[in-house]
Amino acid sequence: MMDFAFALIAFLLLASAATAMALRNIIHSALLLVVSWFALALFYLWAGAEFAAFAQILIYAGAISMVVLFAVLLTQRTPGNFILIPESRRRALAAVLAGAAVAAAIAYAILNASFPVGSTPAPAVTVRELGIQLMGPQAAALLVVGAILTVALVGAVVIAAQPEKLQREDPL
Amino acid sequence: MFGSGLLQGLAVTAKNFVGSFHDPKRMVTTEYPEQKTKLPEAYRNFPFLVAETAEDPMGTLRCVACQICEKECPPQCIYIEKSKDKKPDATGKMQIYPTVFDIDTSVCMSCQICVEVCPFDAIEMDQVFEIATADRFNGLMLRKEQLTKPNSYFHEIHPNDAREIDARLAADRKAAEEKARAAAAAKAAAPPKPSAPPP
Amino acid sequence: MTPTTDSFLERAPLLLRDWISGFFPAALRGVINDLIAILTILAVFGTLFAFLTLAERKILGRIQNRPGPNRTGPFGLLQPFADGIKMLTKEDIVPRAADQLLHFLAPVALVAFSLLTFAVIPYGRHLVPVDLDAGVLYFFAASASTELAVFMAGWASHNKYSLLAAMRALAQLISYELPLLLSIVPVVLAAGSLSPSGIVAAQGAWTLDVLPHWYVFTPWGFAGFVIFLVSALAESNRSPFDLPEAESELVAGHLTEYSGFKYALFFMAEYFGMCALSSLGVTLFLGGWQAPCAFLEFIPSYAWFGAKLLGLLLGFIWIRATLPRLRMDQLMRFAWKFLVPLSLANLGVAALWRLGAGWSEPLQLVRWAMAIAILATAFFLLGRKLSSGFGPRVYRYAPS
Repeated sequence: MMDFAFALIAFLLLASAATAMALRNIIHSALLLVVSWFALALFYLWAGAEFAAFAQILIYAGAISMVVLFAVLLTQRTPGNFILIPESRRRALAAVLAGAAVAAAIAYAILNASFPVGSTPAPAVTVRELGIQLMGPQAAALLVVGAILTVALVGAVVIAAQPEKLQREDPL
Repeated sequence: MFGSGLLQGLAVTAKNFVGSFHDPKRMVTTEYPEQKTKLPEAYRNFPFLVAETAEDPMGTLRCVACQICEKECPPQCIYIEKSKDKKPDATGKMQIYPTVFDIDTSVCMSCQICVEVCPFDAIEMDQVFEIATADRFNGLMLRKEQLTKPNSYFHEIHPNDAREIDARLAADRKAAEEKARAAAAAKAAAPPKPSAPPP
Repeated sequence: MTPTTDSFLERAPLLLRDWISGFFPAALRGVINDLIAILTILAVFGTLFAFLTLAERKILGRIQNRPGPNRTGPFGLLQPFADGIKMLTKEDIVPRAADQLLHFLAPVALVAFSLLTFAVIPYGRHLVPVDLDAGVLYFFAASASTELAVFMAGWASHNKYSLLAAMRALAQLISYELPLLLSIVPVVLAAGSLSPSGIVAAQGAWTLDVLPHWYVFTPWGFAGFVIFLVSALAESNRSPFDLPEAESELVAGHLTEYSGFKYALFFMAEYFGMCALSSLGVTLFLGGWQAPCAFLEFIPSYAWFGAKLLGLLLGFIWIRATLPRLRMDQLMRFAWKFLVPLSLANLGVAALWRLGAGWSEPLQLVRWAMAIAILATAFFLLGRKLSSGFGPRVYRYAPS
């Protein structure tokens, strides 16, 4: 039963990610990527990490998907129209070789790693436990992440606010 | 303070809401067709023919089929046929009367020119607007029977005009009576004329 | 499972559910119980949606000095059914250049995610459909997913104006997500739990049996409640934040190309979102299904929840009737420059409050005074900053 659920979630995740890569229409690809993030949240739920699952949906599907879609829409001149230039076909072989190499390396690493199968069941990590860990032993990491996010936000605001000096005061 | 305007606005709408249940000033809707608003006196829609009495409207029409309104009507929506005989009108004088008087309300533009030119105050503007019909041509053609309404009705819808016209007509009638009486008296008082002139 | 000390009215829904699932074999009872919960939520909130539209039109009418719909049925009570029939019989027009799949999926996804949010709210003492430990987080995860559907609707219509309006709607939704979440954090802080039933249970006591310990009666709770209400109005695209879907703005915004039943689904999703956020507000700030005084506990808990929910919804309608629509830049400025700093200040005050929970009696007054002083100062200063720079209007005329 557990294996069937895991297989289903894995199939959904991989299928949506693969279809996202294969489609021409970039908006469809972005939306399928969002579906794969939902599948990842389902995986977290299957593994018993409720908090991670809901945080994944809230942050990825709720906010990062918006960032991706805005970026796609603001940078594409004609979204949805793709033309296949001749060089792409030559590069396809190089892409397949590189992808196969990466897949082989990861597969080797996963298959040869020994995951210890414990006899005791995994501890149920509650939100309270997570909070205590974040505020105690991992507080430094939390502060560093917060500082990085603040720097990124301020940098984005500074970059976006630059063209202001080009707007002249309307004399009227 | 930030937000004080919002709170004042909320108080105003609350007052409106509560007042709409008991204060007529705060519920100004007239629920047509159960209630109707009072129309202004000068409101006009389509013309009607004035009859002096309500008991015999067809016999006491003021209209004498002079056809002035038919000729003056800009969209030519009035159709009149004169009678061959004469009937006594309200003052007893023998007048011709209209046998057919049709107004095509799908054409009439309520300009009131027919009322202005009528020398007999026989045609006045009515105020009915609920004459919608499913019959596109015949239903909108008003015949003499539908157009005739008594003078009492005219008093109801245009009291000032009706009073003025009645006063004028009464004064005219009185002046005509005086003149007739004076002529009869003069005739009676004058010495008899020699019957046969000398050859 | 049902304690027998509760009154009959209190246990009545559970007894009914057990009676219905008694017809099924024991193995299926759990599934049947969940199915009954789902059907009940759909039925109750569907009916609430229908009569809420009528109540809104009548109340809006009365406030605007007119009676509202009163021709269909007595007092217009059949108006929602007339509207439903109208929506169902309208022609479903989809533009030929539109993305057919996304155009179809957008209202479906919107309604689905809006309905998902109803699953974690405690409607009564024993009436939680799913008792999750991280229930509040689940609620916000589900309502964040509705924003995707808004984008899908705007994009799939293949209409520049729809896309523009969808972008504006998204910007509004994301901006007001932050004050919404930040106003919830003090409640979680005070209750010590993310589970809605835990939060309701934490508001259960009364002082002197008449003053309830609801969070709205604390300084940070009151400020948090106000911020929550404003953000909830903005999150469900309700007036005065209904720029994305108003008729005078880009026609109907991202809903322009939708007609008939799909439009009805969008409409329904908006009302469901409003009901869900109001339910959450009742749960987090107004004590959920708790009665306000100890001696009023004989009225069943779901009745209290319903009464508080209706009160909030009527408040939303009142606000809609009163306030004019906010412009996009006014909206964004309000969210980022006023609500976010205020909710951060609120968080600080809530933390201080929690620190002073164990203080002695005279220091309790100091606790209240400090909290109110900090919040009032923050509100006052932020208010001045927000409305600064707007002086009396200067008129310049052409030189004669």
